[in-house]
Amino acid sequence: MSLNPDQVERIARLARIELSPAEAAQTRDRLNAILGLIEQLQAVDTTGIAPMAHAVANGHAAQRLREDVVTESDRRATYQAIAPEIEAGLYLVPKVIE
Amino acid sequence: MSAAPTLIQASLRELGAALAAKRVSSVELAQLFLDRIERFNPVLNAFITVDPDKTLAMARAADVRLAAGSKDCGPLTGIPLAHKDIFCTEGWLTTCGSKMLSNFVSPYDAHVVDRLNAAGMVTLGKCNMDEFAMGSSNETSFYGPVKNPWDTGRVPGGSSGGSAAAIAARLAPAATGTDTGGSIRQPAALCGLTGLKPTYGVVSRYGMIAFASSLDQGGPMAKSADDCALLLNAMAGFDSRDSTSLERPVEDYTRDLGKPSQDLRGLRIGLPKEFFGAGMADDVRAAVDAALAEYRRLGATTVEVSLPNSGLSVPAYYVLAPAEASSNLSRFDGVRYGHRAAEYVDLADMYAKSRAEGFGAEVKRRILIGAYVLSHGYYDAYYLQAQKIRRLIANDFTEAFRHCDIIAGPTAPGVAFAFGAKSDDPVQMYLSDIYTISTNLAGLPGMSIPCGFGAGNMPVGLQLIGNYFDEARMLNVAHRYQQATDWHLRMPGGL
Repeated sequence: MSLNPDQVERIARLARIELSPAEAAQTRDRLNAILGLIEQLQAVDTTGIAPMAHAVANGHAAQRLREDVVTESDRRATYQAIAPEIEAGLYLVPKVIE
Repeated sequence: MSAAPTLIQASLRELGAALAAKRVSSVELAQLFLDRIERFNPVLNAFITVDPDKTLAMARAADVRLAAGSKDCGPLTGIPLAHKDIFCTEGWLTTCGSKMLSNFVSPYDAHVVDRLNAAGMVTLGKCNMDEFAMGSSNETSFYGPVKNPWDTGRVPGGSSGGSAAAIAARLAPAATGTDTGGSIRQPAALCGLTGLKPTYGVVSRYGMIAFASSLDQGGPMAKSADDCALLLNAMAGFDSRDSTSLERPVEDYTRDLGKPSQDLRGLRIGLPKEFFGAGMADDVRAAVDAALAEYRRLGATTVEVSLPNSGLSVPAYYVLAPAEASSNLSRFDGVRYGHRAAEYVDLADMYAKSRAEGFGAEVKRRILIGAYVLSHGYYDAYYLQAQKIRRLIANDFTEAFRHCDIIAGPTAPGVAFAFGAKSDDPVQMYLSDIYTISTNLAGLPGMSIPCGFGAGNMPVGLQLIGNYFDEARMLNVAHRYQQATDWHLRMPGGL
């Protein structure tokens, strides 16, 4: 399995990362080396093995559920103080609807 | 301050005793380390942020607590430490080693920071690290590489390389670190320190900037197991703000240290045959073998065990960790905090340019790999298959612990390498963590302790891996070795 330039472009678009043409070529080589490393997983027989999504999913502990109650206080002003651009308590982004 | 050479070599208990006896104040102690940072950090680059005013204010507050001599004081009150820059610290720049967060002054404290502040510890500064904890050499930091104090031409390991270099150079008595695939243990090994990654869920991840959430775990780095046990007492504990924080009874991790009934006679140390194969450098093997001989002299027995799927841990990790990272790092979009590109044509372009400018090459690679393995048509073949192999790796440990009480082996395949030696080849860099990653995949606790020196007089680390929640025993096993040897007390020359 190795990625062609179109696939690299598609993944970069999915990940919302702009790649310059020069960067794309080097990125493709490095990604293909990494895919070469992970390719060996394909040869392993995992029939009947349950996927392990989490370290607490190995039987030694269980994740808890909390009560469905509000736990956050209003810290909008504090959080917005470090935002790139705000107005009237709202985060500003470029216009999305004409 | 004539006591300075003793104080920079002192254990946390010795520092606590000196503070309690008023032989030194918290302000004097903080100033001693701030002076060392000012003197040595320009070469080592171990700290991204130092703020003496904030540090000294914390030290003065600690001195007030100490003067009151009240029940308000604990064993760590007034002792300085450094935080890896992955931990959010209210009012301090918290960069995670990235341009993306180069303007991020955290509006809140991580749980770990909260706990250590409450214990009266004094923050010396924020330590350099691989960008978003992705790296094994500290070469991916936006703030430049950290130098290994044992040889400034070599890497300190990573990703907690700034924390490791700071302690090794005695710029801080202790530091926090995080470990997703070896990021506490490998730099501890490469810099001659003691570092511990707890069982997944023991230390809250709240306010610890997320890389791969099913693997990330914070832990202590210091000179000795005794120091780490004291720090873990303060760091561990249930936190409702982390959904994977485990509700367990409070433990005293120092409880077995030095107890006559807890000596090593009868301890069964498992040696995974897969960890002692061709991948380990000869100098590392010699030091690890000598450490195992010391353990046998202390009464332990060694038994061969097998982790047959451990060779798959690096490839499985490089599916799972990037997949989780691609999801976690999607929050960095230039909207609410962090870097926003100066010029863009529309919203999508703002995202793409902000992320292109804010992230370094290794972080981009991992996000792209993650996006790929999670994408339509590849999810089952890569992501689900890696999760199944993760189960096989965890099962191997369960089987091995039927035959032993603790597992030992090398922490890293070689001693610290030169800058640039692996930075052009991501796969070679990833293999630096070949002995540490399986522990994260299984969720087990692991440690690295200094066990000698190899080529170029560089430190070698012995890795200990405990069963789930067996930190107290693991710390005692490390402590007994440190009572019988003095590798952990060695410090680099010229400092």
